[in-house]
Amino acid sequence: MTTTTPLGSPIELDPEGFFLRPEQWDETMAEPIARENGIGALTERHWQVINFMRHSYLTTGSAPSIRTLGKASGVPVKELYQLFPKGPAKLAAKIAGIPKPRGCI
Amino acid sequence: MNPRIVIIGGGTAGTITANRLSRVYGDDAAITVIDRDDRHVYQPGLLFLPFGLVDPNRLVRSRQAQLRAGINFRLGEVQRIDTEAERVMLAGGEEIPYDVLVIATGATLLPGETQGLTGPGWQERVFTFYTLEGATALRDALRGFDGGRLVINTVDMPIKCPVAPLEFSFLADWHFRERGIRDRVQIEYVTSLDGAFTKAVCNRELSGLLAGKDITVTTEFNTGEVDGTGGRLVSWDDREVNFDLLVTIPLHGGGEVIGSVPGLGDEIGFVRADRSTLQSSLSPNVFAIGDAADVPASKAGSVAHFEGETLVSNIQRFLRGEELEGSFDGHTNCFIETGFGRALLIDFNYETEPVPGLFPEPHIGPLRLLRESRLNHLGKLAFEWIYWNLLLPGRPLPGISDQMQLAGKQLNLLSTK
Ligand SMILES: Cc1cc2nc3c(=O)[nH]c(=O)nc-3n(C[C@H](O)[C@H](O)[C@H](O)COP(=O)(O)OP(=O)(O)OC[C@H]3O[C@@H](n4cnc5c(N)ncnc54)[C@H](O)[C@@H]3O)c2cc1C
Repeated sequence: MTTTTPLGSPIELDPEGFFLRPEQWDETMAEPIARENGIGALTERHWQVINFMRHSYLTTGSAPSIRTLGKASGVPVKELYQLFPKGPAKLAAKIAGIPKPRGCI
Repeated sequence: MNPRIVIIGGGTAGTITANRLSRVYGDDAAITVIDRDDRHVYQPGLLFLPFGLVDPNRLVRSRQAQLRAGINFRLGEVQRIDTEAERVMLAGGEEIPYDVLVIATGATLLPGETQGLTGPGWQERVFTFYTLEGATALRDALRGFDGGRLVINTVDMPIKCPVAPLEFSFLADWHFRERGIRDRVQIEYVTSLDGAFTKAVCNRELSGLLAGKDITVTTEFNTGEVDGTGGRLVSWDDREVNFDLLVTIPLHGGGEVIGSVPGLGDEIGFVRADRSTLQSSLSPNVFAIGDAADVPASKAGSVAHFEGETLVSNIQRFLRGEELEGSFDGHTNCFIETGFGRALLIDFNYETEPVPGLFPEPHIGPLRLLRESRLNHLGKLAFEWIYWNLLLPGRPLPGISDQMQLAGKQLNLLSTK
């Protein structure tokens, strides 16, 4: 699935709206994606998680789980659920422009 | 001088590695296996124990007795690894130097990491069958359970043998039907995943089976707290599931010792290793195999078996100064016990998810992939003999290659997403 941003650059998304190519993402896209998913303004704490998410994906090739986020992002699990209600790992991944995290088999 | 190869862990993966190395090197390498105890548990048997289908004593053998003559077995707890000085430190202070280190420390259960899990009710109405003690205590509890809500909860991935909680649910259904009280028991499977299984085709098959057996599935439930007194599971997003009897699959982590070396493991203690060569990303002469490795394959004995060939050939290559071979493809092969003397079989790897077909011989089988059959159940039972007599000694399994075969599989079922 391909969509086009207001600025005109094409983005490839999976059917659930996750980026297939993280390099097509930039920081200006985060707010609109967050809003579409029911999250108001992104705070510094949101960004801490988003940046951690992207960094982990780009260095290890896979998106961190909620548990890893809780241990390593500096934001405890309870707060992750306040920042990104329902599914922090999935929502943060979507906003951070990385592919859908797969629960390891 | 003969190379000194030290293996931490004398479980499935460490034993396979030691025996394979001993066969290729004979007296030309000094092979040492270190484990904290001498009790090797056949872990797949833990699934059957709670239902009284196997005796606990039958599942345990000496670790040392599974090792070929000439392999040095050391009892001891490894407390620290020093990858700079190339040595491991045992509790008590003894140091063991190595030329090649193999980390086969498996996965550690961390029930204490979930709030309340080991609090009131633990081992009374909250159990796990992932340890011998836990499975035995659960057997006794099941005997006295004659109605109510049985909840099976996988707290989070990764876990050993990810299908075992589903198998437990199937066997529980069978168990209560045999006892004639199934109508008095509600069975609910609660998972952090967004389906019964992560792979689409297999998920469809398993979801159908669960529904057919009247087992409720609750997905995307991330357990934050267990209230043993009130019989409640509470998720981080404040959903609740009530239970009378809880069977938990607690969080898993890598061994504590992995954390003693900065950069060796990931955030939850599994060794960062190349998914096709099994070499650690920290040190070229350190390798990881089995559940201890953070590779994106299932944590299963069959995986340790398929990894064994790659690991041993790469240790040889490393010691000869040659380039490593990326030959491990993520091959996993699991029987899924479904109750009533039947089972499914799945066979997959990093690239290809489980699909129906025939195994191990295309067009012949005799085993059918992803379909229930009596023969698959017999295969599951035969795995115990195979484990002690072929897998641990590091011998090939008849007709089953280390790399997954595409032939015989219905690949047309894989949607091109
Ligand atoms: C209920 C259940 C059902 C299963 N069913 C199946 C199945 O049907 N098929 C299948 O293929 N797999 C199955 N498995 C998975 C399989 O048992 C494991 O994947 C396999 O045993 C992993 O082997 P390992 O050597 O990596 O770890 P283990 O066999 O757990 O061995 C690790 C060893 O390291 C030792 N160790 C760790 N740290 C230290 C230290 N610091 N110092 C000294 N020693 C240390 C431990 O004592 C242990 O002996 C099942 C597992 C469970 C729990």
